[in-house]
Amino acid sequence: MSAVFEPPREVGEPRKAVRLYTPPDTLGGKLWGWRYLMLRRTVQVGVMLMFFGTLHWGWQAMGAPLLRGNLSASEFLGILPMADPFAVLQQLVSRQGLHTTVLLGAAILLAFYALAGRVFCGWVCPMNLVTDLAGWLRTKLKLNDLFRLPRTTRYWILGMALLLSALMGAAAFEWVSPISMLHREIIYGAGLGLTAALGIFIFDLLILKHGWCGHLCPLGAFYSLLGKWALLRVRFDDRTCTHCGECARVCPEPQVLNLKQAAEHGMVSAGACSNCARCIPICPERSLDFAPRWNARPAIDHRTRTQP
Amino acid sequence: MDSKRRSFLLKTVQGAAVAACGGLVWAHLLRQEAAASVLALRPPGALAEADFAAACIKCGQCAQACPYDTLRMARAEETVPIGTPYFVPRDIPCYMCPDIPCVPACPTGALDPQIKDVSKARMGLAVIDAESCLSWQGLRCEVCYRVCPVKGDAISIQNHPRQTSKHAQFVPIVHSQACTGCGMCEEACPTEVAAIRVLNPRLVQGKIGSHYRLGWKSETPITQEFIPQAVPSSAAAEAPAPKTAPGMDALNQGLEP
Repeated sequence: MSAVFEPPREVGEPRKAVRLYTPPDTLGGKLWGWRYLMLRRTVQVGVMLMFFGTLHWGWQAMGAPLLRGNLSASEFLGILPMADPFAVLQQLVSRQGLHTTVLLGAAILLAFYALAGRVFCGWVCPMNLVTDLAGWLRTKLKLNDLFRLPRTTRYWILGMALLLSALMGAAAFEWVSPISMLHREIIYGAGLGLTAALGIFIFDLLILKHGWCGHLCPLGAFYSLLGKWALLRVRFDDRTCTHCGECARVCPEPQVLNLKQAAEHGMVSAGACSNCARCIPICPERSLDFAPRWNARPAIDHRTRTQP
Repeated sequence: MDSKRRSFLLKTVQGAAVAACGGLVWAHLLRQEAAASVLALRPPGALAEADFAAACIKCGQCAQACPYDTLRMARAEETVPIGTPYFVPRDIPCYMCPDIPCVPACPTGALDPQIKDVSKARMGLAVIDAESCLSWQGLRCEVCYRVCPVKGDAISIQNHPRQTSKHAQFVPIVHSQACTGCGMCEEACPTEVAAIRVLNPRLVQGKIGSHYRLGWKSETPITQEFIPQAVPSSAAAEAPAPKTAPGMDALNQGLEP
C-alpha cells in the first residue's frame, strides 16, 4: 500500500474505549449471534442432503432429478450443469479433451465464485465441517501448534497440482483430493475416504491450527485467487472500530483482517476471506457487515484529507 | 557474498528441495491412483481405459442414471482407480438399455456420446472356463446362451461329439465380434463360481498378425505365382510327356505314374 493510513477522525479525537465481545444472555440473542453459523451449516448440510436425497430417495423437482452428481460435477433440475472449475482446469492442463457440458458447468461456477468470493470453502465444502470441529475443539482444549507453516504454501501446492497435471496427463489433485473422497463417499457410500477426513481432523486438531483449509488446500487457494475481485465482501467501518481484535480471534484466515488495509478499502479485500461471517456477529461495535463491493466505505485517505 | 543474499539463495534452494520432494511423492501417488486398471469393467461407450481415467471427473452421474444400480463408484480401498464408475457383472450386470441413459449423463465425454447402439458397446469380453462349464461337461445347461441379449451372435451353441456315449455335447462358444461384455451370462451362470466371466479383452484376446492368411477364408486373390514359370530345358527333354489325368496339376509334375 502506497498511502499511509491515517484514521478518518479529527486530529486529537481518540478511538472509543476498547470493549470486548460479551456473549448475549438470552437465547434469542445467542441464536441471533449464531445466525450466519446456522445459515452456513444449513447450506453445507443442505447441499450434501440434496445430492444424497436425489440419489437415494429419488428427490425430484419439476419432473427432473433435483441435484444429480457430486461437487466435482453435477446437474441441477436436469438443465443447469455445474462443475468444479479447478478440477476441470487440471483436466484441461493435462490436455484431456472435454465436452461442452462440463466446460459450461465449470464456467458457471467460476462466474458464481468470482462474484460471491471464496464462499465454497465456508459454505459448501463438507471438509469445512471437519476442520471447523477441529478448530473449535483445539480452542477449547487450548492446544498449541506443533510447527508453523506459511499460508502461501497452498499456492505452491496449487501450482504443483497444475504442473503435475501437465506432466503426467492426469488431474493431479483430483486423484488424491480428500475433499473429493469425502463428498463422494458421503453420497455414494462410505469407505476409506472417511479416513482422509479423520487424518485432516487430527492434523488440524493436534498439529496445526486451520492446517488444511488455511495452509495446504489447493482448492481453497484456487478460490482465494478467484475471490480477490469478488463483489460480495465483508464491509469494514473504521469510524466505529476500536481495534479490539475479537474478529481476528475467531477468523480462520486472520491475516485478511489487516485493519489498516481494511480501513483503506472500507472492506476486507483479501481473496482468502471465505465470507464465513464469523467476524460479523462477534464485533462488539458492529463495524463489520456484508455489503457489495461498491458499497464499501473507504476511510478518507490522506489525499482527500489535505483538501481544504 | 553478503549474508542477505546468501540466506535468500539458501531459502530458494531449500524451498525448491521441499517442492521437489513433495512433487515426487505426489507424482508417485498419482501414478498409483490414476493407473489404468485392466480389471475395471466400464460403462458402455467408455473411452479406452487410459483416456477414460483422464476424462472422468468422478461425479457419478452415470451411476445415478443407471436404472439397475449396475454402476458403482470405486472407493479408495478397491483395485479400480478411485472414484471411477465400474460394474461387477456377477452382482449386477449391464442390462443394455436401448437408450443407454448413462452415456448422456456423462458431462465430460468419458462416455462417448457417439455410441447410439448399445450392441456396439464393448465393456468387456465373456470368457468360458471349459473345465467348470456344465455344458462342457456334457450337461444340457446353456443358461448363458439363453440369457445373452445378442443371443446367437455373441454366444452360440455348437455340438461336439462325445467320446463316451452316443449323445453329443452342446457347448457355448463366445464370439468377440458381437459380445458387448454386459455380463448377463456371468450373472446367470449356475456354477458356484461363474464358469463364464467378463474380462477386459486385453487380458484374454490374442492377435493373429497380419502376415498370416487363412486361404480358405481369404477373398483376396493369391498374388504370388506358385506355378513354375519356365521348366528347365534339360528336365523337359528327359521327362516323359505329362499324361493328363483328372486332378493333376503342376505341383504333381513328375509324380504321376
